Amino acid sequence: MKKIGSSNRAMVLIAALLMITAYFTPLWQISLWAPQYPEGLNMKIWIDRLSGDVDIINGVNHYIGMKHIGVEMFPEFTYLIYVFAFIIGFGVLAALIARRWAVYTFFSMISLLGIGVLVDMYLWGYDYGHNLDPTAAIKVPGMAYQPPLLGYKELLNFLAYSGPDTGGWIIAFSGMLMVIVIIRGYIEDRKSKLQNPFIKAQ
Amino acid sequence: MKMKTRIWLLAGAMVTMAFAPGCKPKGAQSALSGDAASKVYVAPGEHDEFYNIVSGGFNGQMSVVGLPSGRVLKIVPVFSVHPENGWGFSEESKPMLNTAHGFVPWDDLHHIAISTTNAEHDARWAFGNGNNTPRIARVDLTTFKTVEILEIPNSAGNHSSPFITENTEYVVAGTRFSVPTGDNRDVPIETYKENFKGTISFISVDKDHGTMDLAFQIEAPPFNFDLARAGKKKSHGWFFFSTYNTEMAHTLLEVNASQKDKDFIMAVNWKKAEQYIKEGKGKKTKAKYAHNVWDENTHMATSTIKEDILTLDPKELKDIIYFIPCPKSPHGTDTDPSGEYIIGSGKLAAIIPVFSFTKMLKAIENQDFEGTIDGMPVLKYESVLHGEVEKPGLGPLHTEFDGRGNAYTSMFVSSEVVKWNIETLQVLDRVPTYYSVGHLMIPGGPTGKPHGKYMVAYNKITKDRYLPTGPELAHSAQLYDISGDKMQLLLDFPTIGEPHYAEAFPASLIKDKQVKFYPLEKNNHPRALKGINNARVEREGNKVHIYMTTIRSNFRPDNIEGVRVGDEVYFHVTNLEQDWDVPHGFAIKGANTAELLVMPGETATLKWVPDRVGIFPFYCTDFCSALHQEMQGYLRVSPAGSNPVIKYSTGE
Repeated sequence: MKKIGSSNRAMVLIAALLMITAYFTPLWQISLWAPQYPEGLNMKIWIDRLSGDVDIINGVNHYIGMKHIGVEMFPEFTYLIYVFAFIIGFGVLAALIARRWAVYTFFSMISLLGIGVLVDMYLWGYDYGHNLDPTAAIKVPGMAYQPPLLGYKELLNFLAYSGPDTGGWIIAFSGMLMVIVIIRGYIEDRKSKLQNPFIKAQ
Repeated sequence: MKMKTRIWLLAGAMVTMAFAPGCKPKGAQSALSGDAASKVYVAPGEHDEFYNIVSGGFNGQMSVVGLPSGRVLKIVPVFSVHPENGWGFSEESKPMLNTAHGFVPWDDLHHIAISTTNAEHDARWAFGNGNNTPRIARVDLTTFKTVEILEIPNSAGNHSSPFITENTEYVVAGTRFSVPTGDNRDVPIETYKENFKGTISFISVDKDHGTMDLAFQIEAPPFNFDLARAGKKKSHGWFFFSTYNTEMAHTLLEVNASQKDKDFIMAVNWKKAEQYIKEGKGKKTKAKYAHNVWDENTHMATSTIKEDILTLDPKELKDIIYFIPCPKSPHGTDTDPSGEYIIGSGKLAAIIPVFSFTKMLKAIENQDFEGTIDGMPVLKYESVLHGEVEKPGLGPLHTEFDGRGNAYTSMFVSSEVVKWNIETLQVLDRVPTYYSVGHLMIPGGPTGKPHGKYMVAYNKITKDRYLPTGPELAHSAQLYDISGDKMQLLLDFPTIGEPHYAEAFPASLIKDKQVKFYPLEKNNHPRALKGINNARVEREGNKVHIYMTTIRSNFRPDNIEGVRVGDEVYFHVTNLEQDWDVPHGFAIKGANTAELLVMPGETATLKWVPDRVGIFPFYCTDFCSALHQEMQGYLRVSPAGSNPVIKYSTGE
């Protein structure tokens, strides 16, 4: 199997190490604005916890029967730290052994993590927005309160926003670095094919 | 006189009368010029530029006003009970109004002092004086709550108060009424001169926490002390008190205290007094006084009765007190921003004397005395005088400063404000007030750094300024633009109570430091609840303690049984909200007290003794959410002597 060059190895290492920031920065954020909350309510999702105006959001949402958001609501918080540790560890390993297959695997892991998080977020949001307490004080027929997966959405008197926070953007950046490494690999392939005397140019 | 001449004279008189309305005093409309409205217009959503803390006079409170709009933002309960939020009714706040005379639910708050550092507003605290039962209160300007009240012993009529030194080292309390002190207080009133004392108190203020302590008292002659102002910058270390009734009359003061041509401004060298205290020259005396402190962590006040006082006798201890003769019963005594000039406003005088601090020191050095009072030197008027403002108007009361070398003096009798130059003593401008102005206020006016943009006149008479409201009318304030050469009337606005002195400072000093709610984890109230789980009812003999929580929009518990007629029921209400602007209220039918208004994260207690059998509803009084009207509960009261089981629940 092919090896990768030293600059590509450095980029793989940087991509892996950057992901360590996920332990110190919020990954995702959800914001809400309403006439009564011109300053906005903001909830941040970290690798193992929540922060921000969670209690206030809970206070507001209980009228329409939404579940109480808390750490216990997210089993992900118990294992995400290990998932990240594994991926980061594999990334460092990939940089060390410098094999093409390891780079592909590392990139796949980051991509799957991203897709997994989005799918997970969607499923949670669907449940949170649809699975309402039947004894809720305010019931709007046909209304569901699923938060947007990405971007903005109007929900009754609130405008909701959902998107990556610092940590999320850094992971996205790590993924981008890996894309660059892979593209550079292809370009090197093409060059070496052209220079190989045993393969004729088409 | 011939008939014809008479007719002509009559005709002339009629013509004169016909044109007479043109000679009537001009109204306020003519005093308005330019685009006054846009200068006071604070657009919806915008904030005022200045906080104005205004004394409430006979309502015993402070009001918070925004300038230049003149909008009232809040009433801060200080010396008077305030059923609106339970001040003086909740178990936690009752000790704040304790005195050596027991619980006193009212006072007369005249003057405001905003804390300073280096003679500039730091606006950490607002001090206010209780005139009737002498006290000084301190309001925290991050919570707009009264957090401390200190009673002043040996004082009666705490009018010459609560003025402060330039780093808020001391807040003073000069007694208006001289009274007997010590052990022998049952004396004939006619022995006034022998037995009565004019006590001046210096109260130290802790520079980090603001806690007040009666540092020492000076036993001054039995004059009436009216107002005071600390020296600043070059005159830092001195304090100036205006006096009247130096005649020492004890009856019909209107006449008997207005006989002398000159009374005094009493200059106190408090640095010297401090030194005497350090040297142990203070005499230990006793008199009971209350010291009440609010704790922001336990959300409750404690009242301690103290009795130790250190007294300095200026008859024996030299160089503490010097008297500066000042014409005709001076009311205000004010020091200019440089600290060099001391302005005395003799309310019955035809001139305004301006004294020089430099000249005063020189006169003391040269022993330029015209006599002594009980061994305390009286300085020569001419030796201390910088000059007199000629024909300023009638009835000068108070002077404020714009920081550009000008002084503004309120004229009660001629109902106007007069602007004059401190150096040249020339009158520069005058504007009418509507009517009979008392105190004046320029933001930062009493400090070393005035913000000479606006001036507010607090008037004593309103008459026709607003829609009439029966015999009692709103007191009026008037806002003037003083940024130019001429003062310009911008706005009339009604006030709460009867404002006396007020101060204002830039909103930017405190607006970002406001406490939004009290963190529940820091709530150390012994009966606080940190969540809904421990909401409960407990009986201890004839006392029933109800540990109750509020959160939008329910009480826990909201069904309570097992209470008997005559029980002492205590509702310990913890507001579990942790968001700004979500107080909950609590009121129960038939309570002979008031409601509670509980701030987020706070615990407050209402005592209630049910007087009859029945079901008593309680509810939230502060519209808290879309389901506020559903925030209610029932309490069952069974007969005295019965044996009902304590039962409580929510949502069952």
